Amino acid sequence: MNKVVNDFSITVGTVNGSGSQTANTTILRALFKMGIPVSGKNLFPSNIQGLPTWYTIRVNKDGFVARRDETEVMVAINPNSFARDLATVQPGGAFFYADDIKQPITRSDISAYPMPVKQIVRSDPNIPSDFRDLVSNMVYVGILTTMLGIDIDKVYAALNFHFKGKQKPIDMNFNTVKAAAEWAKTNLEKKDPFYVEPMHKTDGLIMADGNTAAAIGSIFGGVQFAAWYPITPASSLAEALNDYLPQLRKREDGKHTYAILQAEDELAAIGMAIGAGWSGLRAMTSTSGPGLSLMTEFAGLAYYSEIPIVVWDVQRIGPSTGLPTRTSQGDLAFTNFIGHGDTQQIILLPGGVNECFEFGWRAFDIAERIQTPVFVLSDLDMGMNQWMSQPFKYPDAPMDRGKVLWEKDLEELKGNWARYLDKDGDGIPYRTFPGNKSPASSYFLRGTGHDEYAKYSEEAPMWYRNMERLKKKYEGAKKYVPAPITHKVKGASAGIVGFGSTEAAILEAQHQLNTQHGIQADFMRVRAVPFTSEVADFIKKYDQVFVVEMNRNGQMNELLEIEYPEYGTKLKSVAFGDGLPASAKWVREGILAKYESAKKPQKAKAKVVKSKTTKTLKKNTSAKRR
Amino acid sequence: MTQTLPMAGASAQINLAGLSKNDYRGAPSTLCQGCGHNSIASQLITAFYEMNVVPESIVKFSGIGCSSKSPTYFLNRSFGFNGLHGRMPSVATGALFADYHLKGIGVSGDGDTASIGMGQFKHVMRRNVNMVYIVENNGVYGLTKGQFSATAEKGLELKKQGANQYMPVDICMEALASNATFVARSFAGNAKQVKELLKAALAHDGIAVLDIISPCVTFNNQDNAYHSYAWGKDHEEPLHDITYIAPRNEIVLEREMEEGEIREVNMHDGSVVILKNLEKGYDPTNRFEALRELEEAQRNNWLITGLLYVDTSKPSLTETYNLTDTPLNRLTEADLRPAPDMIDKVNALMF
Repeated sequence: MNKVVNDFSITVGTVNGSGSQTANTTILRALFKMGIPVSGKNLFPSNIQGLPTWYTIRVNKDGFVARRDETEVMVAINPNSFARDLATVQPGGAFFYADDIKQPITRSDISAYPMPVKQIVRSDPNIPSDFRDLVSNMVYVGILTTMLGIDIDKVYAALNFHFKGKQKPIDMNFNTVKAAAEWAKTNLEKKDPFYVEPMHKTDGLIMADGNTAAAIGSIFGGVQFAAWYPITPASSLAEALNDYLPQLRKREDGKHTYAILQAEDELAAIGMAIGAGWSGLRAMTSTSGPGLSLMTEFAGLAYYSEIPIVVWDVQRIGPSTGLPTRTSQGDLAFTNFIGHGDTQQIILLPGGVNECFEFGWRAFDIAERIQTPVFVLSDLDMGMNQWMSQPFKYPDAPMDRGKVLWEKDLEELKGNWARYLDKDGDGIPYRTFPGNKSPASSYFLRGTGHDEYAKYSEEAPMWYRNMERLKKKYEGAKKYVPAPITHKVKGASAGIVGFGSTEAAILEAQHQLNTQHGIQADFMRVRAVPFTSEVADFIKKYDQVFVVEMNRNGQMNELLEIEYPEYGTKLKSVAFGDGLPASAKWVREGILAKYESAKKPQKAKAKVVKSKTTKTLKKNTSAKRR
Repeated sequence: MTQTLPMAGASAQINLAGLSKNDYRGAPSTLCQGCGHNSIASQLITAFYEMNVVPESIVKFSGIGCSSKSPTYFLNRSFGFNGLHGRMPSVATGALFADYHLKGIGVSGDGDTASIGMGQFKHVMRRNVNMVYIVENNGVYGLTKGQFSATAEKGLELKKQGANQYMPVDICMEALASNATFVARSFAGNAKQVKELLKAALAHDGIAVLDIISPCVTFNNQDNAYHSYAWGKDHEEPLHDITYIAPRNEIVLEREMEEGEIREVNMHDGSVVILKNLEKGYDPTNRFEALRELEEAQRNNWLITGLLYVDTSKPSLTETYNLTDTPLNRLTEADLRPAPDMIDKVNALMF
């Protein structure tokens, strides 16, 4: 039997609320510390306790860490999903199951391993009976340690990190891991081919979740005010601010340079952030789709009255509750147009954990420079799961606080300024903050029509002029937003456009298309709206450009078509949303379904492919859910 | 930008802040002539002047509606934020964190507060945000031309709406239920009382609610309507006359008002309001009593006016945050961005 080393997926089927998350992240972190590229995705229901939940880990020596539909190593702890879990292991795979699940093993093409979870836990007299359930998940950690060849010292390191060095829980859990590992050595015979071996591919990398990274990035961006309302999957972003601000912005006098407030709802959360942003604080809020809907009116006001705020939208599937614990890129079009009347919003699209950090601070610079809201769209997968990442980099530029006038400045200007006067020709006026002691500093902010002096005005030319100025600011924002990142292959004739958390899946699909299908396609990851000139330059180059995203409507594709109608015919939407993190398979199949080879007449080919797509996607969907 | 200087040569009286009354004025009102809101704006100007307030230390807030336009009619030299319908409290809550020296003055209406903004109203109460929250209460939507508000009394008839079939919301009762630390009610026609209550409210650290019955001369001024001048004059039942006395932040209540004293007050439109002292020994520090008074007034169809409740012991919102001595909005990058070596510490904190 040929060994399969560092190239397979592990899935743990368990019950939510049973504490398995600690066990799963322990395995993930141990593999990461062994130097093997790895990813972990928690596929969980919107429930606190009792429903089936899965955690899937992918190890891949080549660094492809997107979620896969297939799983080679299955751990079945949940009787309710046992049959499904058993059915979904790949032929030749390994199936570890709790031996108190009295259900038949109906397959002979896999290796099945019973795990005496209760027996192993009870064998340790040092574990109090009421802790047995909590540590019982460590049994499969220990058994996998032996059976896959995980370095047990790295398991210890992972537990040490998880329990923040607290010896008692570390020991209790690690003893169970050791006991289970020993039990497996004596009692289980390895029949499957899956092994892990140490590598050096994660050297210098960190592992973190996007919400924590966003919060820490915001702190390095000097966040001073955050108001928020609890919502999955965004809550942990605001909670991370609460966790890290006291450590990172500690002062000798013990005073605080910030205020975090849990609001009564999302309307109030953004309202408070807008109040704070208006009066000169670096202000933010964080939410998900349903909360963003509630923020719409305020977002329109902030755009029109030119108030800098940062809004994080950790996207999930809507509407209303929708699939609240599933990931999506479905808020892009909504965010682009959010507000009433004419708006043009600035959107940043982080593609990974280190970009969540970077955009965390950069968003404030852009918001204050342009004097407008900046929306940052991550998603549940990026926000809540642990990702390998380059370490966070200290901001490479000083803070840009934009055009602000204090007492001294007003004195120099002899009081000659106006809040909405375009003095510099870039559409961006100067602003003052409450608390400014100069009698010349104040103005009355209103959503109503106003002239350059912030005075009430319903005059038609005035309104028109103001809206044109806002447009000019938006155009100017292209100088400040991050440009796209392009991954090229040799001899590419097609292009792929993507954004956000789908990067890993697209990179893998790009590789597969090249090596297995002879299709060379360059991949551009868009990082902001408005689109910078690089976006058009990229699309221009290819006959066909596939726009890959996790939603139904193909929202990025829609925005590109609006922006570049001249390229409309070459843009092909590859959109798919079912709540699961993107896999290379659906990216590849989606592109193949729409790919037009130069030889065949375009129309005929397109038709054939269309019927094929539907089939593939259906199959895809049914296979996805174990 | 909008400084209004005293006219040269005018023998303007100057207060302790070195300012004349002109320094507290705003743009000319665009509300209907005789609107109760105008009278309130005028009392605000006087109260600020008499309190020697520096206009730059005040931030004005409002939502949407006739009432919410009025912050333009006073304190030209103060910053102002006319926001969204019913959302004034959240904007004020955020804005006042920028500089803890600032005091907010919010002007809202009965629609803005008791209907669309009820949620934010109640939460700004419980957070004890440092602002005076005025409700110019006329029981009607003026700016959209005469629909019922949630404070309209049951049975009120309006031209295009027919009769109101719901019980009204009592703003003072809602404020008390939400643990507001200063709750008062007045009548726009009672200028002296409005002014004194305003001064007391300005001196209060924390949220101060003033529910001011402010008749709508255009859409709700039938003699029998709760929010009309005529009704207000006949049914106003002040708890006691209060006078705010200046020194420091101490609120001094003149409790020993003579029993049965009747005082005539001339209003700006020339009419006269008769204030009558109801209860001699009313104790506005007793929340239970305040609720009882409101309940009793509701049962008897009285318009109870005066300072219903005050609690000066609770810290205002920003005081609970242990903020830097330098106002937050004057902090610089040195205060706000962790030092470069912190990035390694942060990366070490990750796995």
